[in-house]
Amino acid sequence: MTQFDIAEAAVQAALDAGARYADARVMHRRSESMAARNGDVEELSQEEDAGVGVRALVGSSWGFFATPELTDEGARAAGRRAAEIAAASAAVPGPAADLVPVPVSTGSWSSPCEVDPLSVPLSDKGDLLIHATKLMREHGADHAEALYRIWDTAKWFVSSEGHRIDQRIRECGAGIAAHAIGERETQRRSYPSYGGQYGTRGWEAVTEMDLLGHAPRIAEEARALLTAPECPEGTTDLILGSEQLALQIHESVGHAIELDRILGWEAAFAGTSWLDLSRLGELRYGSELMNITIDPTIPGALGSFGYDDEGTPASRRYAVRDGIWVGVLAGRDSAAVAGLDYAGAVRSDGWARLPMVRMTNVGLEPGPHTLEEIIAATDDGILMDINRSWSIDDRRLNFQFGCEIAWEIKNGRRGRMLRNPTYTGIGPVFWNSMDMLSSEIVAWGTPNCGKGQPGQIGHTGHPAAPARFRNVRVGVKG
Amino acid sequence: MTAQLDLAQQVLDLVRRLGGTQLEASVSVDRYATALTRFANSFIHQNVADDTTTVRLEVHAEGRTAAGSTTLTSPEGLRDLVARTCEAVRLSPPDPGWPGLAPPAPLHGQGGYDDATAAASPQERAARVRAFVDAAGGLETAGYCRTSSWHGAFANSAGQAVAASTTEAAMDAIARRDGSDGVARQASVRLADLDGSVLGARAAAKARAGTSPVELPPGRYEVVLEPCAAADLLSNLAVWGFNGKFHAERRSFVELGADQFDPSVTLVDDPFAPDSPGAAFDAEGTPKQRLVLVDAGTSVAVTHDRRTAAMAGGGARSTGHALPGERPFGAVAFHLRLLPAGGAATGEPDGVVDPAAAGLVGGVERGLLVTDVWYTRVLDPKTLVMTGLTRNGVWLIEDGKVTTPVQNLRFTQSYPQALGPGAVKAVGPVASLQPSGWGLLWWSAPALHLASWNFTGGASG
Repeated sequence: MTQFDIAEAAVQAALDAGARYADARVMHRRSESMAARNGDVEELSQEEDAGVGVRALVGSSWGFFATPELTDEGARAAGRRAAEIAAASAAVPGPAADLVPVPVSTGSWSSPCEVDPLSVPLSDKGDLLIHATKLMREHGADHAEALYRIWDTAKWFVSSEGHRIDQRIRECGAGIAAHAIGERETQRRSYPSYGGQYGTRGWEAVTEMDLLGHAPRIAEEARALLTAPECPEGTTDLILGSEQLALQIHESVGHAIELDRILGWEAAFAGTSWLDLSRLGELRYGSELMNITIDPTIPGALGSFGYDDEGTPASRRYAVRDGIWVGVLAGRDSAAVAGLDYAGAVRSDGWARLPMVRMTNVGLEPGPHTLEEIIAATDDGILMDINRSWSIDDRRLNFQFGCEIAWEIKNGRRGRMLRNPTYTGIGPVFWNSMDMLSSEIVAWGTPNCGKGQPGQIGHTGHPAAPARFRNVRVGVKG
Repeated sequence: MTAQLDLAQQVLDLVRRLGGTQLEASVSVDRYATALTRFANSFIHQNVADDTTTVRLEVHAEGRTAAGSTTLTSPEGLRDLVARTCEAVRLSPPDPGWPGLAPPAPLHGQGGYDDATAAASPQERAARVRAFVDAAGGLETAGYCRTSSWHGAFANSAGQAVAASTTEAAMDAIARRDGSDGVARQASVRLADLDGSVLGARAAAKARAGTSPVELPPGRYEVVLEPCAAADLLSNLAVWGFNGKFHAERRSFVELGADQFDPSVTLVDDPFAPDSPGAAFDAEGTPKQRLVLVDAGTSVAVTHDRRTAAMAGGGARSTGHALPGERPFGAVAFHLRLLPAGGAATGEPDGVVDPAAAGLVGGVERGLLVTDVWYTRVLDPKTLVMTGLTRNGVWLIEDGKVTTPVQNLRFTQSYPQALGPGAVKAVGPVASLQPSGWGLLWWSAPALHLASWNFTGGASG
């Protein structure tokens, strides 16, 4: 029995139990992670999970059931349970549920991968992490961490409309971090990003990072931060590095344009959005430099795929164009409610979780400048980079971010290092203040985006480049 | 022998046959069945369930350690897990921090369990959602009703073999009116304890009382934190403060033996608290027990797994707080109780104030009543300065009375400082069990009247 057979059995059982639409995802995911600390391996884990998740629409109500029983009977039982749960949903019914039409796809897709990360010897991978942590310790870190993570996911999707799609997506990445412990506070520097930088690529992505080449520098910076002057309080021109700007995009744009949030479907947990659908196509989100795309077709970016988890082919569209809000992240049901004609942003964290609206790759198109040009054009400001903390309200308006490191900018030159930098603001005010944007785009990967109940972890991508924002409040302290 | 323990022993046998008897091995088997009925815009829009067994194996040989897991519990799936983990341990780098296997030891108790909750139907959950929606009297509602069960087992080659079960039911939902949200949240070991009507009425009363809020200037305010908000202090103290790994690395504020908290503060990790879900052993097979972390204001213990205990030295032992597959994260308490002052709830519940906080409001000359907090993140783990926002209802308290709804505020506040000596003006008489978004974890918190809370931004920035 093939994986497609199992998915089809689940779909048919849901239809037989009264569903008017059903789909099923068989997924088989292998993952591997290793963490090293202070010259030793702290943990090595190789995980495998497989199962089928079935979604059934009965009347206007959805139900979902998932099982690891990958047999004909297991799949049929799951289909029946999904329909039964959907029928129970009718005790508190909603408006009629429809799905926007999408092409019925049959196809295969694989992410690019030069070096299969699971085939790289464990000893080689371990040696890299161990060596990196030893280097950081030698250069002043009190605690040094390094890790890599690998996911290899195969999935088979079938719907009652005739979809039949298989995909294989390999993701991997790595990172290092140095901690310096002071009497009253701790400082941390990481590279390329805390917890690592990730993409839909093979081990070549890790090799290109040159972790060993950056280990001494970040350890020395963590130590230096302990005695660096504190980031001053006030309002100033703020230059963000691309890693921090990627998270700024994730939190204050990516989540805000999720259609399920806009429709109130996440109101009790993740929250809603400050965006009002009636203003789609006219609302000014930011300055004219702000062009944000939703693009799951970017080769190697973490949020890339061939088809989303309800079978819609990947395609690129604008979310913000010349500063105007023009697009959302949507699924087939939410798009139908909103009167939109596109979907393509529904994803699930494995076979046991319900597919829901998620970010793909949401990021900036390049600007006309370089970071050095931005610094040279700034008389008085602060450059911050590498995220340390993040917080934003449930409408995605009021944010406060902390970064690992900052530098004074005076008269067009980078000056003293500053510790404990933070900045805060209101999303559209902040984005409207962006007056310089670099062309130096990096597709940052965020492998830890939490959403949904039960909780799901999403992998998202965020092309970003350094940019300048005017009159931003910085230096918020506890 | 339970089905999970039988499966764990099968895997141990496979390790002996395929890897040899010289290997040290431990096996965890966890069967989680979770069902969650979710509603928004006052209708059920997502309704899910899954029932998954995961087998986790850790092997140590010749100074090297590797771990693996699978949801494939067929003979082929288990054989593959054992074969690849035994292969991985031979190829992996040395692990000088290996703390050895947990020795045989009996369990100290069992977490709460309720057969009816384990067997709860989607119709039963939907009925509670119906009651919540109806009790909100036409206000828009959103939230969830969840039932979960866990059947787990652990066995290792040192002879430890234990099994346990627990259940949880939780409801967490809001009512909304004109941009004002009110929340009601409750967890228990029994679904029968959850009354959608009571929770819906409470959330709706808050939403109605929160309309047309005023914006207050940032600054330091006295606060009454309701249990929903107070629970956030517990979760962050557990992760960043009393985590034995961070303590050993001097990344935590905790100083054992020091009077770091107000004398009214006693913190206990208690997996066997009455009417509560609880895991009876940790991921290394160490039996859990009641552990006092703060005794009348004095920090007296941190949480350890076997590895962090070895790292800490000085005779530290595992306290039964190992996390599955999350060793870099340290050892964390997930059944944390801030003990209430005791006695009966006093004051006049008026629908706006949680009954657990009603008696504290009268003691506030000018301050804020905070229902809930949101998106809290640590700025520095050593000082445990957190930033986050209020949510689901804030009111000004003047002369002991709730007077005016207030727009949400951002805060930047050291949590241990907020609970420091002299900073706690009152602890509520009763605590309520607050569910976690991630399943069978919980925090039990009373309302707190705190002398100062640092609000650093308003709704407009």
